[in-house]
Amino acid sequence: MTTRPSLAAVVSCLVAAAILAVLPFLISGYHQGLLTQVAVFFIAILGLDVLTGYSGQISIGHGAFMAVGGYTTAVMSYYHHTNLIVTMLMAFGICLAFGFVVGLPALRLSGVYLALATFALAVSMPQIPLKFSRFLGGSNGLQAQTVSHLWLYGVAWAAAAILFVGAWLILRGRTGRAFRAIRDSEVAATSSGVELPIYKTLAFGISAAYAGVAGSLFVLATNGYASPNEFTVALSLQILIGAAVAGLGSLWGVLVGAVFVGLLPEVSSSVPVVGSTHGQDVVFGLFVIVVILLLPTGFAGLLARLRVRLTRQSMASINSDPGTS
Amino acid sequence: MGLLALENARLRFGGIVALDDVSLDVAEGTIAGLIGPNGAGKTTAFNVITRLYRLESGDVVFDGHSLRHTPPSRVVRMGIARTFQNVELFPTMTVLENVLVGGHAFARMKRESELRKDALDTLELVGIHMHADRPAAGLPFGTLKRIELARALASKPRLLLLDEPAGGLNHEEVGELADFIRRLRDELKLTILLVEHHMNLVMQVSDHVTVLNFGRTIASGPPAEVQRDPQVIEAYLGGELEPVA
Repeated sequence: MTTRPSLAAVVSCLVAAAILAVLPFLISGYHQGLLTQVAVFFIAILGLDVLTGYSGQISIGHGAFMAVGGYTTAVMSYYHHTNLIVTMLMAFGICLAFGFVVGLPALRLSGVYLALATFALAVSMPQIPLKFSRFLGGSNGLQAQTVSHLWLYGVAWAAAAILFVGAWLILRGRTGRAFRAIRDSEVAATSSGVELPIYKTLAFGISAAYAGVAGSLFVLATNGYASPNEFTVALSLQILIGAAVAGLGSLWGVLVGAVFVGLLPEVSSSVPVVGSTHGQDVVFGLFVIVVILLLPTGFAGLLARLRVRLTRQSMASINSDPGTS
Repeated sequence: MGLLALENARLRFGGIVALDDVSLDVAEGTIAGLIGPNGAGKTTAFNVITRLYRLESGDVVFDGHSLRHTPPSRVVRMGIARTFQNVELFPTMTVLENVLVGGHAFARMKRESELRKDALDTLELVGIHMHADRPAAGLPFGTLKRIELARALASKPRLLLLDEPAGGLNHEEVGELADFIRRLRDELKLTILLVEHHMNLVMQVSDHVTVLNFGRTIASGPPAEVQRDPQVIEAYLGGELEPVA
């Protein structure tokens, strides 16, 4: 990644932004809701990519951070009628702190052990609203203020855009390099002066803060309803799948990953398969397998390979050697 | 006392004594060679100096300060940079980015364009600036060694620890490397501690040579003197351990 974004990157970002800005006025409220879902996943996957893709720490527990963010919004809105945008900022801040705290024990874990620890977090987090049911609404959940589809669409994608630029700014320079250095070689990173505890917990904090905002929007997207059933382990896995489809360690594939996990369940439910209620899951699973097989390095990896091929072709045409293909 | 000193350093791994009461003194502005057969404790000494290993007893003193409580990530800030025997690079990052990480400790509040210019200059110094935007993975071993050297130099160290810089080089390249190491000392005013199996290189460039065997210092002095030391000859020629040329 260079200091300045390439022209192609800027143009594709602007085109994507323009399409997303016009689109809500052409589609129904229901479809606006679906695309809001995509924005939620976009933000969550962005966060996971900072942690897993850049700093190399695997998390299967991002649903837990989303739950903290989501309940922050629900609690503040339900009890204090706080402005929803303000609750999102609070979700960001609280999850940033929570991420740091979770990052501390994670310093001692790596690889599959860290994955399991975060998995445990994802499993245990939905139990907390059940335990403190008087305050958090138990299994019935907690109702935040409801908003229109269009409002939420606008806020979600605006947040997505801001957080995307934020991630790009953080990752392009010294901090992003420190994250990737840790991922590639902890010994060499340390010897180059990269403080592992600081950067590893920082990655956790940023990542959790992103997931927190996503969780906040997620609650608003489900009619403002925060309930333990929404923040299951499956949600964490969806984010991980989205990040894998996007391609870890690159920001450019995140939109594709978000569209994949945001829309595929919807699309696959309308496919007439087995007919059972689980047909949707089967189709989703099959799609995931096919995509992972075809794109082992995700969409970003595909982009990188295409770029290499294009540069080779242009090099070849410059050299114009008729004997080689 | 010199810029760097190991004082009665002792370290064991299980039953094996890796460093047994090793003392070492590197005078500022000199090239010090550290040699010995395989397993003598040379790389261990590097890992002790850069705080990757913790000493059981003894001390590492740099510029008059004990490093006993210095975390490993602070060592480079004090002015010590190193390379690794088997190359520890960041394979998915570009050559330039590898060097930029080398300057991490002093990059705060500096402009990215300035950092990049510095890194490119460093790459030019070691002669691989044409590979700047290539991923480090997949480049030849000799180039990887140079990336490491550039990464170490990027922190503008006072003391440079080179762990087998001649590994994988041919005869002619070793000659160039010897000139380059001397240039680092003379032009950049660096102090260099060199671990090397390539005996010619060590004897050619070193101002002072220390010989380790089984974690103990068996000789220490000017190259010509050390070469004649019967214990050194015994360690290299008479023992069961054959030095790798």
